Amino acid sequence: MAVQVRGEILDVRRSGAYHVLSLTAPGISEVTRPGHFVNLAIGGEESSMLLRRSFAVHQVQSRGVYGGTLDIVVSVKGNGTRWLADRRRHDAIDIVGPLGRPFVLPKERVNAVLVGGGYGSAPLFMLAEQLRERGCRVDVVVGAGTEEKLFGTLELKRLASTLTVTTDDGSLGERGLVTDVLPDVMDRVNADVVYACGPMPMLASVARIAEERKAYSQCAVEEAMACGIGVCMTCVLPVVGQDGITRMLRSCTEGPVFRGDRVRWSEIGTIPPDTLGAPVQGGH
Amino acid sequence: MTRALISQGPLPGQDPLPPVDMSTRLGDLELPSPVVTASGTAAAGRELDQFFDITSIGAVVTKSVMLQPRSGRPTPRMAETPSGMLNSIGLQGPGIDHFIEHDLTWLSERGARTIVSIAGGTVDEFSKLAARLRTVRGVAAIEVNISCPNVENRGLVFACETGSASDVVQAVKRHSDPRMPIFAKLSPDVTDIVSIAQAVVRAGATGVSVINTLLGMVINTDTMRPHLAGTTGGLSGPAIRPVAVRCVWDIRQAFPDLPIIGMGGIRNGNDALEFILAGANAVAAGTVIFHDPSSPMRIHNELQRALAGHGFSRLQDAIGYAHRPADPEPEPDDDFDFITE
Repeated sequence: MAVQVRGEILDVRRSGAYHVLSLTAPGISEVTRPGHFVNLAIGGEESSMLLRRSFAVHQVQSRGVYGGTLDIVVSVKGNGTRWLADRRRHDAIDIVGPLGRPFVLPKERVNAVLVGGGYGSAPLFMLAEQLRERGCRVDVVVGAGTEEKLFGTLELKRLASTLTVTTDDGSLGERGLVTDVLPDVMDRVNADVVYACGPMPMLASVARIAEERKAYSQCAVEEAMACGIGVCMTCVLPVVGQDGITRMLRSCTEGPVFRGDRVRWSEIGTIPPDTLGAPVQGGH
Repeated sequence: MTRALISQGPLPGQDPLPPVDMSTRLGDLELPSPVVTASGTAAAGRELDQFFDITSIGAVVTKSVMLQPRSGRPTPRMAETPSGMLNSIGLQGPGIDHFIEHDLTWLSERGARTIVSIAGGTVDEFSKLAARLRTVRGVAAIEVNISCPNVENRGLVFACETGSASDVVQAVKRHSDPRMPIFAKLSPDVTDIVSIAQAVVRAGATGVSVINTLLGMVINTDTMRPHLAGTTGGLSGPAIRPVAVRCVWDIRQAFPDLPIIGMGGIRNGNDALEFILAGANAVAAGTVIFHDPSSPMRIHNELQRALAGHGFSRLQDAIGYAHRPADPEPEPDDDFDFITE
């Protein structure tokens, strides 16, 4: 159940290449679970940017002087994210959340590996904490293009049994991709489940590596969304259901977290011919 | 049920809503509020019911449903544009049977008034949809989405030609309960929208929904290719509002009594008032829902305040008010003082 509330900016701070925004979000932060996201209206009442911007929730504080607050991590990519990064303390902000299906947590004490690409590590902090509270072993792998584009490595070191870092240019940790080191990490800790958030190609590789090791994978996707609440049908991707039928599912409401073995990763951006309701080939 | 603070009527410190009779009529269909949702921006109401009470607005106009399940187009399906957006969804949907069983049943049980939008690739498909809907309860009206490519005529959109627009509406009319109100949703991408309105009215439409999106295109300057997988898409949002107001105005000029649902870039109560003054009997909130999911209720409240602010005690008195004869020249006033330096 999502709500729409008028929140307030408490703080905007830099973290490497990113901005971390703390917002009051009464009624949202109290019920947010790891993997949930929120979306924010951009540019004020007369904004020419109509579409809300969606962000995975990084941290929540449900009690405190401000009541419920939450943190999001913003990567400035265009005018909307620039506007958000330019917010100042006490500015009002229209927030809808919590949105989407969060990560599914195991009932048993399992060994979990968490994988974050770039600021995709943001939702993994809460997840790591909650997995540890359940007695799970948590190992973390994060990677990015450069050291600056890694997010929160110091804090993750505190939350994880081990932290493995990769960068494309070798500016921190091992040179290469997270998926270069993931097989070794999984084998070393005998991983039962992998949780991942990051770019699609990374998620596709994570899902494949997990499947090869007969481990579960839970992948949080980042798709372009117009509404974030399930009404616009723009953020769809092909996903195989329990009945074996492929449907175009909404990332916002049926995701953003999907079982890695259910998503047809290589066919994202297409309608696979056997999708329910796909155009009939060779018809007249 | 917890709902958004923003949608709970007046906020603390705000005046209660002034008394205005907000009811409206679309032919024989009476609605307690003139605000409905625009097809394709509200799915089948369920998601929006988290943010406001969907039974409190005029009606939920559901996303166009087809006979069979449909996957829609590949992604990207959307691009943000200045004060608007382009979409190219390709009518993704579950098909009429699933829609009736799951969505329509839910809407009925919830107590929402439902206008069912239907879409098809052939006249026969529209007939079958109408026939299927005739067998079920909970349909307040049918909206015929004629902005679909006609499979039998080189993919030309039904809405763009008087003959095919009329054929579709006639087929729906013939297969529906004779009392069922039928609205044809018109495309603005035509030379003369009034002649299309005339054709669908002659074919038996109760009224018209004006307007559907305008065809547009965005080229991604990074990839240097069309941004949308479907190449072109429908432009919606405040960017198209003046086009929509002009279409409502022209149709109202031609048909003094035709029920019109006006839409296109309505963002607040004042925008809604603009459509009412141009001649709309009801208004639809569309793309604004993506910006503010509580907006249909907010627009209703803002429209009520705006009407009261102009001294209207009934919404129906404001419909088409902008078409009134020019105000008489004021009598020369001898006491008027010119301010001169």
